Amino acid sequence: MSDGTDIVAAARAVATRIGKAKRLNAVLTSPAELRKSLLQQSKTVHPSGVLYGMAVAVKDNICTLEFPTTCGSKILEGYESPYEATVVARLKAAGALIAGKTNCDEFAMGSSTEHSAWGRTLHPTDKTRVPGGSSGGSAAIVAAGAVTAALGSETGGSVRQPASFCGVVGIKPTYGRVSRYGLVAFGSSLDQIGVLGRSVHDAARVLSVISGRDPKDSTCEDRDPLRLPTVPENLQGFVIGVPKEYFPADLDPGVRRACERAIRTLRELGASVREVSLPHTQYAVPTYYIVAPAEASSNLARFDGVRYGPRFDGAADVRALYRATRGEGFGEEVRRRIMVGTYVLSSGYYDAYYRKAQQVRALIAQDFRNAFDRGVDLLFTPTTPTTAFKAGEKLADPVAMYLADIFVCPANLAGLPAMSLPVGRVKGLPVGGQLIGQAFLEDEMLEAAYALERAVPGTAEA
Amino acid sequence: MVGHGWETVIGLETHVQLGTVSKMFCGCSTAFGAPPNTNICPVCVGLPGALPVPNEQAVKLAVRAALALGCTVHAKSVFARKNYFYPDLPKGYQISQFDHPLATLGGLEFLSPDRGVVRATIERLHLEEDAGKSLHDRIPKATAVDLNRAGLPLVEIVTGADFRSPAEARAYLQTLKQVLEYIGVSDCDMEKGSLRVDANVSVRRAGAEALGVKTEVKNINSFAYVEKALTVERDRQVGVLEAGGGVTQETMLYDSKENAVRPQRSKEQSHDYRYFPEPDLPPLVLAPSWVEEQRQLLPELPGAKRERFVAQYGLVAQDAAVLTHSRAVADYFEGVVHAGAEPKAAANWVMGEALANAKDHGEELRVPAASLAQLIALVKGGTVSHQAAKRVFGELATRGGDPRTIAESLGLIQVADTNVLGGWVTEVVNANAAEVGRYRAGETKLMAFFVGQVMKVSRGKADPKLVQKVLAEKLAG
Repeated sequence: MSDGTDIVAAARAVATRIGKAKRLNAVLTSPAELRKSLLQQSKTVHPSGVLYGMAVAVKDNICTLEFPTTCGSKILEGYESPYEATVVARLKAAGALIAGKTNCDEFAMGSSTEHSAWGRTLHPTDKTRVPGGSSGGSAAIVAAGAVTAALGSETGGSVRQPASFCGVVGIKPTYGRVSRYGLVAFGSSLDQIGVLGRSVHDAARVLSVISGRDPKDSTCEDRDPLRLPTVPENLQGFVIGVPKEYFPADLDPGVRRACERAIRTLRELGASVREVSLPHTQYAVPTYYIVAPAEASSNLARFDGVRYGPRFDGAADVRALYRATRGEGFGEEVRRRIMVGTYVLSSGYYDAYYRKAQQVRALIAQDFRNAFDRGVDLLFTPTTPTTAFKAGEKLADPVAMYLADIFVCPANLAGLPAMSLPVGRVKGLPVGGQLIGQAFLEDEMLEAAYALERAVPGTAEA
Repeated sequence: MVGHGWETVIGLETHVQLGTVSKMFCGCSTAFGAPPNTNICPVCVGLPGALPVPNEQAVKLAVRAALALGCTVHAKSVFARKNYFYPDLPKGYQISQFDHPLATLGGLEFLSPDRGVVRATIERLHLEEDAGKSLHDRIPKATAVDLNRAGLPLVEIVTGADFRSPAEARAYLQTLKQVLEYIGVSDCDMEKGSLRVDANVSVRRAGAEALGVKTEVKNINSFAYVEKALTVERDRQVGVLEAGGGVTQETMLYDSKENAVRPQRSKEQSHDYRYFPEPDLPPLVLAPSWVEEQRQLLPELPGAKRERFVAQYGLVAQDAAVLTHSRAVADYFEGVVHAGAEPKAAANWVMGEALANAKDHGEELRVPAASLAQLIALVKGGTVSHQAAKRVFGELATRGGDPRTIAESLGLIQVADTNVLGGWVTEVVNANAAEVGRYRAGETKLMAFFVGQVMKVSRGKADPKLVQKVLAEKLAG
């Protein structure tokens, strides 16, 4: 690639592959605009970078200079950020090509990528199903083979859940491992940028590049970038806990079979597997649905039509401007969460909801610490209770939609690193297995993932 | 005039802009008077995805303010979001501190015009960021927003309900301003908005224990209006109560043109700020040793300096108060003394010529302390007269230079040569024969007349003491 002709060809090929996957509605950038930008980028990209020539698509709630950043919302239609996220700057500095913006649930609020102002994203192998969400566009475009990796974001499982549905790898790092600067905030104490990739290594390489201290984000830990572990021969010495609360009686039988097969594989690799209990797991979803909307109600207050984004008038006065802009600009799910969040922070309700939720959140984090303190290195669970569900199936029932995140949101509440990787298929649909690690020990989690990925029949029917 | 028998109770919330170079949570300039929306960036405009990073210098200044006010600085304080919608509030929330403020429970002694020295309780001091500014007169039928001010670092200083008159509230504020200026935390310029005051006001029957219903008075834009605004509101409340009515708890806006208050429209009042801990910022954790370093960096405070000036320099309390009113003047006075001037002479020169000159030149002390000390030495040594020295001072202030050289070039060096003096004396004696006769007849008070005449003839250059001596000899003869 020394004379630069290969990278131009690579850029063209990426644009073509993404263009061919257009029916998925996974990438919001138009094929023409994308081709133009990729060719432009290929001329200026740094050839010495560790990701030289790698195409990485970016979720539409992460600020980029190359493309608009709309968060899947009408309220940011056409919004062009004057600055780029730290993660995007790092990808570019490492030689990656920014391969367009991916569709997502509006402001990352949803589990199916159906709540986008720009239409739903289709599941890559079954158009009647959802790809999961909210990073559904990123998961689908990686699964379609158009890009090597994509950035997503998590507040309550929004990388791992779609990774599981689409049969790709999705990693959410420890809270504070990756800078949030330039990630449009949803629930700031939970939000973390993550990576979706075709393999553990692809995702891990990208994670390594985007991780590390950033003086622009006070919640980003003062640590060096993540160092990638070597692929282990086996998992001897690893103690892997299997929390019984993650295998309830009503777990989809196919998901159970695939995960039990993965657990056998872990044993065969030499890991010691033992059952553990995380007794507060059942409170994770209700806790999450107080904390996240509370923070969202405040984070989304800035979208008022005053400084940027479209205004929806009839504005007789500033109150009318707010009402029209926010009423028209936000979709139904976003408005629902803003209302819930406003309510739980209101005087007289704060103690009963927000404060109580923070207390329960501490208990959930303590559950994990207790397990790790008893010698467990990692936890293994199913990523989701079912495979990808049908489009429209849960739209009328928000609580059913929320429960799709039941196994993923505890790691966000506890701030722990976690990832999903394919462990099999049920009736052709991918099943994800989840690894949850200890804070800032992504390297151990990745070691286990490398070994499991190699040994488990990830695309075989369970 | 309002009826007697009422007691006024006032508490103050003061917002003070910290004198940093950059804003509270971003690197933008804090310079006053820049064209609208030029000192802005993604963080202070609240662009999607931008995050706040605390300004260490602002934290230092806030801690110093808290220490100077005798507060307990907490090892851990928590930023919180105060949520409300307003066009000049870019994020839809203000980053402030709520149930875990930076500092609590201090006090500030001030001289009450009615009660002598009074200690106001400082209930809390917390850090926050400023909002932008809405301009209603720039664009017809529209409101313009200037975000240069958005994100400026502030401390809010809250007192107890400790003031018993509007004049007392004003005296406290002036003392607060003095202290904060002394420690270099803020310029406390109300006209520029770097010090803003809201007041809680209530009245009760003299001797009553229970507090009356209070109102909050806002929009007090200058020191001159503090007393006026509070008096107007106090009188209004007394009027309502004396007419048999009741005071409503509400926010009153002061209008300085009308010297009147009006209730803020209920739409403008925000009832529920939905405070919660700011998730974008970890708790502010301050090591005790770091806080102690800040304490060591505090300069001598005005009260201590005043007492020291009396003890060390033998000044009267009144003079010491004038000289310590501002840190710049106090430092200047001590500079003059350290350069060798006798303290009382230095005090007189600083309070006289130096302050008068500074008043006409934007409070600038234009004559270097060392030069003033040299000038004082010239007077003391008899080289120039006191009158002539004032002219030299004027020259020093305008053009600078060496006091002796200036005195020489202006021909103001006192002549102590008895031959030269003798000539002037002879001239005066010869020209005033009648007065000489009366003097010799016993009318000795005419000596002053002769001295004056000699000074006139010498055009101020004669040493008056020597003149008197030579005259006495001549007239006796």
